[in-house]
Amino acid sequence: MSQSLDILEKRIEQDYQYGFVTDIEQETLSPGLDEDVIRFISEKKNEPEWLLKWRIKSFNGWKKMTEPSWANLQYPLINFQDISYFAAPKKKKELKSLDEVDPQLLETYNKLGIPLEEQKMLAGVAVDAVFDSVSVTTTFKKELASHGIIFCSFSEAVQSHPELIKKYLGSVVPATDNFYAALNSAVFSDGSFVYIPKGVRCPMELSTYFRINAANTGQFERTLIIADEGSQVSYLEGCTAPMRDENQLHAAVVELIAHRDAEIKYSTVQNWYPGDEKGRGGIFNFVTKRGICLEENSKISWTQVETGSAVTWKYPSVILKGDNSKGEFYSVAMTNNFQQADTGTKMIHLGKNTTSTIISKGISAGKSQNTYRGEVKIMKNADNARNYSQCDSILIGKECGAHTFPYIDVRNATAQMEHEATTSNIGEDQIFYCNQRGISEENAVSLIVNGFCKDVFAKLPMEFAVEANKLMEVSLEGSVG
Amino acid sequence: MLKIKNLKSSIGEKEILKGINLNVKPGEIHAVMGRNGSGKSTLANMIAGKETARITAGSIVYKGEDLNEKTPEERAMDGIFLSFQYPVAIPGVNITYFLKEALNAKRRYFGKNELDAATFLKRIKEKLELVDLDVSFIKRSLNEGFSGGEKKRNEILQMLMLEPDLAILDETDSGLDIDALKTIAQGIQKYKSPQRSFIIITHYPRLLNYVKPDMVHILIEGKIVKSGGPELAIMLEEKGYTWIEKK
Repeated sequence: MSQSLDILEKRIEQDYQYGFVTDIEQETLSPGLDEDVIRFISEKKNEPEWLLKWRIKSFNGWKKMTEPSWANLQYPLINFQDISYFAAPKKKKELKSLDEVDPQLLETYNKLGIPLEEQKMLAGVAVDAVFDSVSVTTTFKKELASHGIIFCSFSEAVQSHPELIKKYLGSVVPATDNFYAALNSAVFSDGSFVYIPKGVRCPMELSTYFRINAANTGQFERTLIIADEGSQVSYLEGCTAPMRDENQLHAAVVELIAHRDAEIKYSTVQNWYPGDEKGRGGIFNFVTKRGICLEENSKISWTQVETGSAVTWKYPSVILKGDNSKGEFYSVAMTNNFQQADTGTKMIHLGKNTTSTIISKGISAGKSQNTYRGEVKIMKNADNARNYSQCDSILIGKECGAHTFPYIDVRNATAQMEHEATTSNIGEDQIFYCNQRGISEENAVSLIVNGFCKDVFAKLPMEFAVEANKLMEVSLEGSVG
Repeated sequence: MLKIKNLKSSIGEKEILKGINLNVKPGEIHAVMGRNGSGKSTLANMIAGKETARITAGSIVYKGEDLNEKTPEERAMDGIFLSFQYPVAIPGVNITYFLKEALNAKRRYFGKNELDAATFLKRIKEKLELVDLDVSFIKRSLNEGFSGGEKKRNEILQMLMLEPDLAILDETDSGLDIDALKTIAQGIQKYKSPQRSFIIITHYPRLLNYVKPDMVHILIEGKIVKSGGPELAIMLEEKGYTWIEKK
């Protein structure tokens, strides 16, 4: 019996296969943060006065805030003055097509297995590639434009659609929301902007691949997605980052707004550098993602597969304001070695007949700690609200931990709440059963874990489902020797 | 095919098997009978390579090779199959996927191409019929929410698909109604050949009414106390284990 356990306890020895650095000229601001830095960023982006003021107000708010410490995470204090708040690949001229993109940049994406050339041909996927802080290229723009869809970099949207930005920016995640959101609001570099007009079903999956590449450069993405009445959109976000010794900070803000009868599906596969097998390096990922079902019959669905980052602090949430609106959260969080994840969701029911579904699958291996933290709040006027939560954890080996913190706050007696939670070890009996049928230890674990995650993977768009399966295999490699 | 010589094994300080000798030739069906706790399942697990018990003496030789150094996967590749008494559930993994993985692992091991989807489906449909299961069955998660009968049929289905040379059926007949028992017996009959051997582990002789064994061994407290032909099973049914114990 002990043999398979011994094997299970062996550390992951696999190198992070995306660990490389692109040698590209960068325009980087020296480390440090003050009002001048914010003015510099804003000026660099040619932003309107009101936006600069918004940034400065956020910055002043942030200065009065302290880093939250309630999460089940341990990491060295971040010195925010050691971080550089602006880095952009030097653009020599305006780019008209992919052919003009820096070949080294394209090579980087090739190494990641997401070549733009292929992406371009991949039917139904438009790619807005964010390289460090500046969007490099956007494809499929024309076809989207023919439907009236706006899909561009955040900076571009500030120039071309300032009225939309002004109306919605910070409307879901106010600058005062939390420490990292405030920081992001002050210094956000770039990100994606999506607007789907009334009654339009976005004809393709929209996707962005993020990449952190400059040493000591914090990355502060800002994403804003608006689905107008009766529209539908599915947005994919995928991330990988190169190997680094220093910890890198990432503090993104994503805001989703769904109007009447609109539907937003937001999927993430996060595979940033998790640190080495001794726990050195890796990305610190402090993200604020929130959507609002603003009006009746709207729906927001978050699906995430989190396998990377040294530290993850992330709670994609939905405010169910409109009557009959729906919120969903499907999550797989996998931690190995010394990774720590504290992730979950918040479902805030304000409207009548609102429903929310939470399915969370945590996988812990090595010496990692994996925490689910979720809050379901049923407010006074939310008659007949319903929530279903299911939180399952699986442990591989004896040195890791799985934790579940569900918070439930019900202020309306008509609410229906269901909560299920399980924690289990990968059974030796399960592994032996597979072995007896000729399936190796490693394949058995991968098989069992993929089975465990199946309910969530089923919610991912096709392209991502395949990637997610692969990711799990890569992340599990070595965890069983 | 299989030669077990003076096999002794212990779990912790407790000796479970106290010197087992068993010789199974190709094409033979051996029945190992005994009460609960007599060491039947331990014997089955040791042949399959589960490390619940530790060998303290003797050897298990399969196809001329000592199994001691072989992993459970290697034993499986070489044609040993164990039909589990209590098959575990693997949620989210459907039978089709699981069997494909198992079958292709074996094919890769022997340097063959992986089976294409159409051939696989054709093959599994044939086998499903033999164990009287509907094709929708293979979309279900492995052993999750299965009835006792479904679990055992599924084990036999896997045996038919993986085509082992030595099949050990650990209490495959327990907890089955008469129809399921007949179906499973039929599956075994169909699979029987001059090259394939069976070890049927049971404490009731009733399966043996449908599958005629060449040899019957009676295991009591870790020892084979009596071996004989099929008539031994009939005697046991009439007189019970106490008859042997008294002797």
